[in-house]
Amino acid sequence: MNELPFAISLEVGSSLANRTGSWRVERPRYLDRMPPCNDACPAGENVQRWLYLAEEGDYERAWRVLVEDNPMPAIMGRVCYRPCETACNRGQLDEAVGINAVERFLGDLAIERGWRLPEPAPDSGARVLVVGAGPGGLSATYHLRRLGHTVRLVEASSALGGMMRYGIPKYRLPRAALDAEVARITEMGVDVELGTPVRDLAGAMRAGGFDAAVLAVGAQLAHRAYIAAADSARVLDAVSLLRSMEGEEPPALGRRVVVYGGGDTAMDAARTARRLGATDAIVVYRRTREKMPAHDVEVEEAAEEGVVMKWLSTITQMEKGRLVLEKMALDEHGFPQPTGELEVLQADSVVLALGQDADLSLVGGLEDVVVRHGALEVGDDLMTGHPGVFGVGDATSAERTVTTAIGQGKAAARAAHAWLSGVPLERPTRHELATFELLNTWYYDDAPKTMRRRLEPARRTGTFDEVAVGLDESDALFEARRCLSCGNCFECDNCFGVCPDNAVIKLGTGRRYEFDFDYCKGCGICLQECPCGAIVMEPEEI
Amino acid sequence: MSGQPVRFFQVGSFAAGNRLLPPELRSVQSDATRANALTSGHRACQGCGEALGARYVLDTAMRATQGRLIAVNATGCLEVFTTPYPQTSWRVPWLHSLFANAASVATGVASALEAQGRSDVRVLAQAGDGGTVDIGFAALSGLFERNDDVLYVCYDNQAYMNTGVQRSGATPPAARTATTEAVGPEPGNPFGQGKNLPLIAMAHGIPYVATATVADLHDLEAKVFKAMSIHGARYLHVLVPCPLGWGSAPAATIELARLAKETGLFAVFESEHGELTASSPIRRPVPVEAYLRPQTRYRHLFDDAGEVGRPDVVARLQAMADANIARFDLLGGER
Repeated sequence: MNELPFAISLEVGSSLANRTGSWRVERPRYLDRMPPCNDACPAGENVQRWLYLAEEGDYERAWRVLVEDNPMPAIMGRVCYRPCETACNRGQLDEAVGINAVERFLGDLAIERGWRLPEPAPDSGARVLVVGAGPGGLSATYHLRRLGHTVRLVEASSALGGMMRYGIPKYRLPRAALDAEVARITEMGVDVELGTPVRDLAGAMRAGGFDAAVLAVGAQLAHRAYIAAADSARVLDAVSLLRSMEGEEPPALGRRVVVYGGGDTAMDAARTARRLGATDAIVVYRRTREKMPAHDVEVEEAAEEGVVMKWLSTITQMEKGRLVLEKMALDEHGFPQPTGELEVLQADSVVLALGQDADLSLVGGLEDVVVRHGALEVGDDLMTGHPGVFGVGDATSAERTVTTAIGQGKAAARAAHAWLSGVPLERPTRHELATFELLNTWYYDDAPKTMRRRLEPARRTGTFDEVAVGLDESDALFEARRCLSCGNCFECDNCFGVCPDNAVIKLGTGRRYEFDFDYCKGCGICLQECPCGAIVMEPEEI
Repeated sequence: MSGQPVRFFQVGSFAAGNRLLPPELRSVQSDATRANALTSGHRACQGCGEALGARYVLDTAMRATQGRLIAVNATGCLEVFTTPYPQTSWRVPWLHSLFANAASVATGVASALEAQGRSDVRVLAQAGDGGTVDIGFAALSGLFERNDDVLYVCYDNQAYMNTGVQRSGATPPAARTATTEAVGPEPGNPFGQGKNLPLIAMAHGIPYVATATVADLHDLEAKVFKAMSIHGARYLHVLVPCPLGWGSAPAATIELARLAKETGLFAVFESEHGELTASSPIRRPVPVEAYLRPQTRYRHLFDDAGEVGRPDVVARLQAMADANIARFDLLGGER
């Protein structure tokens, strides 16, 4: 022992000997919470994760995470109604992150660079029949192939894509993007049969030796409405109108076109009519704007293009060149009731967009498959009443969007895989939601959204060119970096910086942090100052 | 909108670091190899703002001097919780003498280094608000007057916390302390008394005076770097919330420092040779109530339901904040 100075009886020691962790009554824990974008995505995309990778400029890895769930990002980046952006916490701060625009950027980049979808797993020996090559059928095909199953994709039309080709106009979804993403799926080794409607599912399954089937037949049967009509009235339905746009001869609609209905299909029909040369495109809907099922973006873009809306009106009579409308009023339950007040409207043609049913005659031979209100009845696992037969997309009573169909295609593929393997379907536990209140938004800089450029309305109505213009790379990077990373650590070093007791250990890039419980006093500053809500305090067990 | 410069909007310049930022733009505190001049095992309360402030300042000063730094400490919480005999939490050469003489001891250390021709080693003195504005004031004023080559840092937690929360010359009006109880018509600390030491330091015309809080790490570190780039007497006043004395949740320490600045009650600014040179603008303006309500030292201003029970007193505090906003241009000339 060294000679100690006068009046000093002990050698200097470090305070590290004093384990202040014993003071703690609550202990912090790092956790991942469910970001609202992921939570809201009908396709089950891990949005936060692929934005995180895109922020680093690692677009290929971002795209690879994206296609784990959705093999068609260039399509989704154009036609999705963006429930993710509605849910985005940043919307409460300034404006929601432009998730959809970044998705499209990644999708387009993948097409440009020729990135391929992942290789399928080794052959499982199982054979699955997928009926219908719309978004649901293609998504199911992709996920079944990835799991190693042999897939035959049977389609009634002469081309793949379903409603993405025969329902969504080109100004919203250019066919080059559609063709590229569809081809990438069939390249995985899919047995495709075009122009072959399946009329008897049981027979087709027997004949082809299929172990399971996914029905993704869509809904093409247009609803009719009883309207007194003179023979000379020009009436057609929106499904046929949009479908005929893929043919050689666009239909002649005349100069004044009335569209009857209030959904997205009605908007598409009215906007298509404007592009076919109609000087007046008028949407007649029996309820109000608020009650209209069409998505806001469609209504707004239609209005910009000169489409006129007539709310609270029904068509009671059609004659050559003119219609008789009756004014409606909402009753106390919000249902429209006739008022007896009539109005005459000039019209060269009327397009009915009153909803669609699925043609489900193919399951006639399967008595245990239930069809209700023109839709397949399916369980939580998307299985119909017949074991091994699954239903997805518009043919079920799901919300009729591309995104929902893609999500269901994935879910049905996983359920079919479990069923074929004879194991129960495992659902990953969902993390608790990362709500806005869990964030400390002080740490995020103010950054309004990069507006997506759109074609000038005056230039839109004359052409079927795409309305929304894509982001360039710097805009996409800017947009990705606006992500708040809700509920998921993005390594900002705040917890490491703000701990008064140096009780946070930084593990290095990509490895996040851990707490040093020898010294953590449990003050909770780390939680309070965590920007993204990735820390929780829990009572200490004593 | 094409060709946006790529900025880091996810965390901007507010968080300690960011995996996407080049290391030179991250804070010293985000660096896993920071000095940790004040290390773990110290006996400060949960959520101590002073422990945080001292580590922020000293780690930055260590970086600025490549580790050639001597620290002199006055008596106070900081001294007591870091050095209970025979342990020390300091990983920097550190001296403590008396409550009143930190400035004088620092002057002595600086003079000794000068006599030895050691211009590479720098001196930093640190104290709480009691050791600065009351007990050590004469020695500090002398240090300023002589323009000795010392950075003097005051960690202001607005009372004598270590001995049981007695009032100091830095205690704000209306705050309850053990010696200014919340009784009578004017409860808590009286209005119109106390000292604003940053302004007194400016009046000495010394090369550099700055204020900061533990809520803005980048700002605080920049001010320490700047102070260490200057020779002569420099003064840095750091607001450090005290959960014990302020009656606030330990987790709220940084949030309260942020609110002190955002309400305008604590002005964050810089001055050179007696002239105001810069102030940090308020980013998200809030009324003073938002700052007062979470602290039990102001509980007598609110009723049991949390509503303002003494609007007259709150209005006087708001007037102080408004005067700061006007004087230091905290809203960027908007008012």
